[in-house]
Amino acid sequence: MAADVRPAAAPQESPANGTGRRALGARRRPSTSRIIIVAALTLAALYFLIPAYWLAVAATKSLGGLYGSFGLWFSEPQLWANLTALFTHDGGVFLRWSANTLLYAGVGSVVATLLAASTGYVLAKFEFRGRDTVFNVVLAGVLLPGTALALPSFMLFTELGLSNTVWAILLPSMVSPFGVYLCRIYAAAAVPDALIEAARVDGAGEIRIFATIALRIMTPALVTVLLFQFVSIWNNFFLPLVMLSDDRLYPITLGLVTLNSISERVPETVGLVVTGSFVAVVPLAVMMIVLQRFWRTGLTEGGVKS
Amino acid sequence: MATKHPPRGGPAGRRNGAAIAVLLGPFLALFALTFVGPIGYAMYQSVIGVERMGALGLEGSRTVFVGLDNYIEAFNQLGFIEGFGTVALFALVQVPLMLALATLLALLLETLSDRWAGLFRAGFFLPYGVPGVIASLLWGFLYTPGTSPITELLGRAGLQVDFFGYDTVLWSLVNIAVWQFAGYNVLVLVAQLKAIPRDLYEAAAIDGASLWTIAWRIQIPLIRPALVLTAVFSIIGAMQLFSEPLVLQLLAPAITDDYTPNLSAYKEAFTNNNPNLAAAQAVILAVVAGVLSFGFLRLVGWRRT
Repeated sequence: MAADVRPAAAPQESPANGTGRRALGARRRPSTSRIIIVAALTLAALYFLIPAYWLAVAATKSLGGLYGSFGLWFSEPQLWANLTALFTHDGGVFLRWSANTLLYAGVGSVVATLLAASTGYVLAKFEFRGRDTVFNVVLAGVLLPGTALALPSFMLFTELGLSNTVWAILLPSMVSPFGVYLCRIYAAAAVPDALIEAARVDGAGEIRIFATIALRIMTPALVTVLLFQFVSIWNNFFLPLVMLSDDRLYPITLGLVTLNSISERVPETVGLVVTGSFVAVVPLAVMMIVLQRFWRTGLTEGGVKS
Repeated sequence: MATKHPPRGGPAGRRNGAAIAVLLGPFLALFALTFVGPIGYAMYQSVIGVERMGALGLEGSRTVFVGLDNYIEAFNQLGFIEGFGTVALFALVQVPLMLALATLLALLLETLSDRWAGLFRAGFFLPYGVPGVIASLLWGFLYTPGTSPITELLGRAGLQVDFFGYDTVLWSLVNIAVWQFAGYNVLVLVAQLKAIPRDLYEAAAIDGASLWTIAWRIQIPLIRPALVLTAVFSIIGAMQLFSEPLVLQLLAPAITDDYTPNLSAYKEAFTNNNPNLAAAQAVILAVVAGVLSFGFLRLVGWRRT
């Protein structure tokens, strides 16, 4: 389990939660209260996991089985047939949507993280006119939710001839004001001024100092920014919905909702929606669980402490 | 914060200026294109309108400045205004419910050993990896008689529940949001609980404090700042409610085209083909969200650096 391995990559976690930490009150707690606690937690776990379990079971069923059998148990499993139907539907368009999602989330999150790093670093370590203005504007960007921007972006991008292109999704995905905010805090606290000065004395250029020294020190914050951005692009729906009309450019989310919207007329698509949802959820759910310690580290950095 | 040795003038200073431009420029350019530009353009669109010419409006049209007309029209649309009420009610129920659940689970997890706590936490966190629209599709199936094991089990117990009714659909939406985000908030709160110094617990143990006392007197007060911040961002997220009702709309007639403010703006832009009114609504939404978040953060004294 990821949570058991206390990583060296997360130095800002408090030393108090080392591996050997005793559970709170472990010695004196009577066993009845322990049973109640575990029962309550198990109940909660069922609430969170049963829908995902239902999806995994439903993805193996035929259309008849989906409606005709009890939802929480298997009935004539045919996962392979369902996957074949999904990936061959409409000339393999689902594969295309998956590739698009990977492209948007992969490229978008990597570029957004690098730009957040350089911007956060400059805002933390350089003094120049307009620095506070820049930071305040970025902060306003943090407070403005992405959905509030989708329609305005569509209007502007249409005017610029960029709507219904990959750039309509990629360009907004490359900007993470929250990432800049996080990187600025992290760079200010973790990158020592003396180190930068020493590198300058050695004759290193500013760009090289950033690329070779600062980036490495800022890695824990960058991982968090990368994860947040990756997931938020993967989950994005409103922006592609308004921007894209060519279904060859759709990400999985928009593709599945489009399939779902014709399911009243074409009942077979219900099976595609179920199997497609399952296929779309698996990689991210695995990533979520394996990488959960990085989320925690990032969250404590996010200015939550006051 | 800033370096103690600010770049001096001359060649070094110029070189520094170039470095700042290289490191800062790309982000600022993209930020201008994807944040400042769209908001500015929407503001412009919101104060213009299309005027038809000729007796029957058949002799072409031209763009004219209309001042605040689009805003007045937006405020006069009952559906748009009611949408704000709907999302406010949604937030009023969803945010406290989710945070109470997350707090309870985080406190319970703290009483377990690391290994078991980690397993449970992973289970709670899993729904956060399910994209919002897929969570909505999924719960759509779980709410629909025929595919839903829930309605089937309730039916066997003699209970008939309509998850898509006029009185129930909002709570069905609340459930989707709680399911998705509670585990994430557990993670945030656990991180805060881990930051509490161990000697506070030891002192409490010496005083013979019960787990209950420790929770109320030590843990909850110390995670309060995190709770407040999470609440603020959840409320702002709730204002933007869009994908979940859009997906459930196919199943639930109770969800109208202007059920939430974002749905209204979407309808004006794409169904009613009135981009200027949609722009005004988008600007109103952005301003409300901005004022809310800024106001709240001011209120709780959130520090900038």
